[in-house]
Amino acid sequence: MFAKSLSMSLMLSELRVMFTRRRTWAMLAAIALIPILLALAVALTAEELAPGEGPPFLSQVTQNGLFTGFTATLLALPLFLPLTIAVVAGDTIAGEASLGTLRYLLIAPVGRLRLLVVKYIGTVVFALAATFTLMIAGIIIGSILFPIGPVTLLSGDQISLAESVWRMAVVAFYTTVSMTGILAIGLFISTLTTVPVGAMAATVVLTGVSQILDNLPQLSWLHEWLFTHYWLDFADILRQPIELGSFASNALLQLGYVAVFGALAYSRFSTKDILS
Amino acid sequence: MIQGQELAISTSSLTKQFGSQKAVSGISLSVPRGSVFGFLGPNGSGKTTTIRMLLGLADASEGEIELLGHPIPKQLEQALPKIGALVEGPAFYPYMSGRNNLIRIDSADRFSEAKTRKQRVDAALERVGLSNASKKKVHAYSLGMKQRLGLANALLKPREILILDEPTNGLDPQGTREVRNLIRSLAAEGITIFVSSHLLSEIEQLCSHLAVMTAGKIVAQGNIQELRNESQTRLVLKSDRIDELVDVLKGQGLSKISLKSDHVVVPVPTEFDVATLNQLLVKKKFMISEIRLEQPSLEEYFVNLTGEGFEVVR
Ligand SMILES: Nc1ncnc2c1ncn2[C@@H]1O[C@H](COP(=O)(O)OP(=O)(O)O)[C@@H](O)[C@H]1O
Ligand SMILES: [Mg+2]
Repeated sequence: MFAKSLSMSLMLSELRVMFTRRRTWAMLAAIALIPILLALAVALTAEELAPGEGPPFLSQVTQNGLFTGFTATLLALPLFLPLTIAVVAGDTIAGEASLGTLRYLLIAPVGRLRLLVVKYIGTVVFALAATFTLMIAGIIIGSILFPIGPVTLLSGDQISLAESVWRMAVVAFYTTVSMTGILAIGLFISTLTTVPVGAMAATVVLTGVSQILDNLPQLSWLHEWLFTHYWLDFADILRQPIELGSFASNALLQLGYVAVFGALAYSRFSTKDILS
Repeated sequence: MIQGQELAISTSSLTKQFGSQKAVSGISLSVPRGSVFGFLGPNGSGKTTTIRMLLGLADASEGEIELLGHPIPKQLEQALPKIGALVEGPAFYPYMSGRNNLIRIDSADRFSEAKTRKQRVDAALERVGLSNASKKKVHAYSLGMKQRLGLANALLKPREILILDEPTNGLDPQGTREVRNLIRSLAAEGITIFVSSHLLSEIEQLCSHLAVMTAGKIVAQGNIQELRNESQTRLVLKSDRIDELVDVLKGQGLSKISLKSDHVVVPVPTEFDVATLNQLLVKKKFMISEIRLEQPSLEEYFVNLTGEGFEVVR
């Protein structure tokens, strides 16, 4: 209990450091801009899109503003969201090393495993903030520019406003879970270097590579093992009744990545000479 | 390890290899409890690398370390809470205030009490004279202020050892004096202080003990008085007829006489009898204008051991 509360104060301190940084807020602001730009673009162009044209849900945005959040999430998933995620994950250890604060944390003493765990949880909290920012900014701008009402699901059923807000939260949560794998990969890469930008770039590159491989039909045997594979599969959450099959396979896959890269990060970091 | 004397820090054959280079090469340090131990060496001699190994930041390639009787790195967790340190200069989050930086590092310490945190942080800031700047962001701090904040960080809890790596780096003479006074007052509380420097003058007045390091090796170590005594006493003589004088000195069994423009310098035993020599020379009608025994300064001794130049040794 005592030890737990002490780790709590490190966890809070970690979040305080993250959310004192202007960079964190700038990234969240940029993320909020995606649904806003999307809604403005839709509102300002008079042209009606034919159903199915443009990204999924886009045609629905004008009829129901609540779809702004879903559409923005789809748009942000391939590149923009992973980019901000990579910045935060790549910074974890390498950022502290490049500032030199890592040596002072370690001699505090923080405990290397404890630091890794707290750093990782901190990045997951950022992912949660990012995905909910997408949704919430989407709801707000969507309700300003468009009518809102009961949502017609992909299955044709209608759900109430309250139910749709709940589904949106589930989608945001699904997307957060989707990010846990890449966060673990970023954490591991971050233990390999003292140059945070290098770790961030490498993490982004891996995300790109994974998505490219996922698009090569010749490698179909590999697809279900790629950490980006289920990223866009949150459509199942928008069916009635809600289908959690892809949620479960995604969660399991991400858990695997977290276990493997978490272990790699620990085995690297626990024996590393801190020379910065 | 030295027996019978309580040591705060002891190492035996401590070595750190970087690739083919031995940054630290088999050093055996013995730092008595309660001492102010100067760790002296030119830039690149391996001081910081040694300190990193002491604190468990880097693994030793060979050799053993004990801090306060705890073998390192095995019992690092037990030893570290009793040790405050400044390693390779201060390092902080530039976008946070000085005070919040200290709160952050103290929250990282799993053995520190959250209840007393703010009070301890403020006391540490007070002690290094940073109370008024504690709310400023660190990126607005001068190097001297950062150095003080680093010292405050080392003082967040009552410590048994302070390991300070070049604590006066970047400070003006006034700041250097203040740091020296701070170290003195900490030493007076009985804290063992291990302080590194590349300048003897910065720490000479502080230290009770000294180790001199060059190119990864310790070339002298011990009580500062003993080290002073180890340096060779010299006889300085200024007189007319200097060539004849040299012959007379040789006749007295002295050797290694070095002839300067108007005087000679001769190494002699510490208890050399100057008066008798003087009498002899006067009898021989030398016009002696100066005759004295000289003890080289510790500075000179240090330079002799480590070489003078400005160049980094390697
Ligand atoms: N990370 C490193 N990789 C390789 N060599 C290093 C590293 N850190 C220090 N060195 C080398 O080790 C030697 C000692 O460095 P250091 O301990 O920093 O010296 P000091 O603190 O006495 O100035 C230097 O020659 C330096 O170049
Ligand atoms: Mg150094």
